[in-house]
Amino acid sequence: MAQKRVLMKGNEVIAEAALRAGCRNYFGYPITPQTEVMHYMAKKMVQIGGNFVQAESEVSAINMVYGAASAGARVMTSSSSPGISLKQEGISYIAGAELPAVVVNIVRAGPGLGGIQPAQGDYFQATKGGGHGDYRNLVIAPASVQELYELTVEAFNLADKYRMLVMILGDGTLGQMMEPVAFRDEEPIETYEKPWACTGRGDRKEHNTITSIYIDPDVLEAKNRELQEKYKIVEENEVRYEAIGLEDAEIVITAFSTCSRISKNVIRQAAELGIKVGMIRPITLWPFPSKIISETAAKSNVKAFLDVELNAGQMVEDVRLAVNGQKPVYFHGRMGGNLPTQKEILDKIIEIHKGGNV
Amino acid sequence: MAKITINDDLCKGCGLCVGACPKNILELEKSRLNSKGYHPVHNVDMDSCIGCAFCAVQCPDSAITVER
Amino acid sequence: MAIVFQPTEGLTKKPLHYCPGCNHGIIHRIIAETMVEMGILNDAIGVASVGCTYNSYEYFSCDMVQAAHGRAPAVATGIKRTHKDKIVFTYQGDGDLASIGTAEIIHAAARGEKICAFFVNNAVYGMTSGQMAPTTLLGQVTTTSPFGRDASYQGYPINVSELISQLTGAVYVERVCLTDYKNIMNAKKAIKKAFEVQMSGKGFAFVEFLSTCPTNWGKEPCAAMEWLKEKMIPQYPLGCFKDTSNEEVKA
Repeated sequence: MAQKRVLMKGNEVIAEAALRAGCRNYFGYPITPQTEVMHYMAKKMVQIGGNFVQAESEVSAINMVYGAASAGARVMTSSSSPGISLKQEGISYIAGAELPAVVVNIVRAGPGLGGIQPAQGDYFQATKGGGHGDYRNLVIAPASVQELYELTVEAFNLADKYRMLVMILGDGTLGQMMEPVAFRDEEPIETYEKPWACTGRGDRKEHNTITSIYIDPDVLEAKNRELQEKYKIVEENEVRYEAIGLEDAEIVITAFSTCSRISKNVIRQAAELGIKVGMIRPITLWPFPSKIISETAAKSNVKAFLDVELNAGQMVEDVRLAVNGQKPVYFHGRMGGNLPTQKEILDKIIEIHKGGNV
Repeated sequence: MAKITINDDLCKGCGLCVGACPKNILELEKSRLNSKGYHPVHNVDMDSCIGCAFCAVQCPDSAITVER
Repeated sequence: MAIVFQPTEGLTKKPLHYCPGCNHGIIHRIIAETMVEMGILNDAIGVASVGCTYNSYEYFSCDMVQAAHGRAPAVATGIKRTHKDKIVFTYQGDGDLASIGTAEIIHAAARGEKICAFFVNNAVYGMTSGQMAPTTLLGQVTTTSPFGRDASYQGYPINVSELISQLTGAVYVERVCLTDYKNIMNAKKAIKKAFEVQMSGKGFAFVEFLSTCPTNWGKEPCAAMEWLKEKMIPQYPLGCFKDTSNEEVKA
C-alpha cells in the first residue's frame, strides 16, 4: 500500500517532528531563514495545549529552554547563525548542567549580520564548542526534508538518553525547500526517567539541584572528566554517516547536507567520464565519522579526497585529521550564500584525476 | 500659480499623497505601470494646484517636487 | 515659480526599498531634512539597527554604523563617548528596541547618554514577516499570535515612551505620528528638539514614531493610516511625556 506523503517545507517539518516526538515546549525569536518553525509552533503548539513563547531575544529563549529542561521537559528552540551566537552562553550552561535539549540552527551566511542565503559556516561553532569550556554537543546534519523529520524526532531521544544538547544543523536551502515527507503512524519515542529534574521535592529524600558551577577545582575537574567519559560513549555508539561507492572509488567526496546532494549528481557525471567517485556524507558532525574516513584513506583504490562545503574550509580540518596524511585532501568552498554548481565540483574532480593540484 | 513634478520611477503608487491632497487633484494612473511595476500617481488638474506641498511631505519616497 | 519642496540632500539618491506606503520613508526624510536645516549633517553619526531598516546606512547621507539587533544604544554610547562633539542618533524598530534591545535602551537612557534614539513603532515585526512585537495590540493577529494577542498567554503591549520617561537620565521623550501634514510637521519639531537636547549636553532624547506596516497588517497604505488613528493612538497616546531640558543637570 502506498504510504501517504505530504509536501512540506523543511522548517515546518522540524516543528511537526518535534511535536510528534512529544515536545510540548518551544521558545524562539524571529530570524530569517528559520522563522517558519516558530510560525508553525505558534499555531500547533498552542492548539495542543503546549507552551509557546516568542521570547524577547535569543538569549532569553535559550534560558527558557534551560528552565524547561531543568524541569524535566522535552524542549526546543530554533534560530539562525547570529541568533545561535547569542545562545552560546546558554548552550555552555546546558552542557555543564547536563540538560537534554534540542537546538535547531538553520545556517545563514556570515560573519556578522551576513546574508540570509544558505551556508555551512557554523560548523566550527557547532562541533568545536561555540560557547566557553570543555564540552560537546551532539550535532546532526540532515540532507533532506525526510531526514529533517526523522532525525529531529531522533534528536529528542538522543538528548534524553545522554542528557546532552542535540543540535540540528540545517541551512537556508533545507529550511526553505519543500519535499514530500512520509510520516510514520507511530513515532519511536524512547522514554527516559529523569529523577534528577527539578519538579518540586515532594516525597523525595534529597532535593534536586541543576547547576554548572563547582568552585573547588578538584570537584570541577572530576565533573569535567565525567563529561568526557560520557562523550566517549557517544562517540562509540552514535556515529552516523552515509557511504557511497567506496569499494572502488578513486576520489572520495566528503560533504554534508546540501553539498552532499549537489555532489551526488557529480558522482553520476564523473562515472560517465570514467572517473570513479565515491562519497562519505557525515550525518552526525559530532561525533565525527573519523573511523570510516581513516579506513577509506588506507584503501589502495582511493587516490584523493575532495571536501565540498559552503564555507572557507571547516569540516575539511576534521577530514584531514582523520585522513592523517595518508592521501591528499582537496577543498572546494563557496560562501556568502552561494552554492557550488555541479560543474565547479566536476571540474575539480577532473583536475584531481589528472594529477593536478586544486 | 503652482505645480508639482512627480518622479515616475520613484513612485510606488501607495496613494498616501492622494489622501493628503486638499484639492483632490491627485489620482493613481490605473491604465499604466511605471518601470517598477506600480500604478504611479499623476496630477489631473494642475491649474487647481496651490503648491501646499502636502503631497510631497506625505510621500515616503521623496518622489514629488513642488514649485510655487 | 520657485521650488518650495524638493528631495533633501540629507538622504542619498538611492531609491528606498521599503514597501509602498511604509512610514519609514517619511521618518528617514524628516530626520535628514532636520539635520540639513540645523547644519549638523556633516557632524552626525547614525546607528542603523536590524529589521526593515537594516540598510538605512545606504539612505542617510551622514556617517552610519550598523549595529547588531537591539544593540544600537550601546553602539551609540561607544561612538558618542569617543566623539563628544558629534551628533549621534539611533534608528530602531519595535523588535530591535523594545524586545531584544530592552536592556540597552533602558540603560542608555538611565546613564543619560547624550544621544537621540528614534523609535519606529508599527506594532509588528516587519522584515521577518509579521511576528508579534512587544507593541502588538491585544487582539491583533500576527504570525505568532495567529488567534489574536491574548493577554493571558502573551501578556500586554509595552508603552515604551512612558517607560523611558520614568528614568531621570531621559530628558526629552515624545510620541508622534505621520498621518497628515500637521502631524508630520509636529514630528519634525520633535526631531529638532531631540537634537537640540543632545547639542546642549543635557542628556538622553527619545522620539517614538507611530507608523504603519501595510504589508504585514494586510491593509492598503491609506487604510493602514486609518487603523493607526483608530487603534494605535488610544493605546499609544501622542504627546510629550517628559521635558526637563530647562532644568539644571544634577551633579
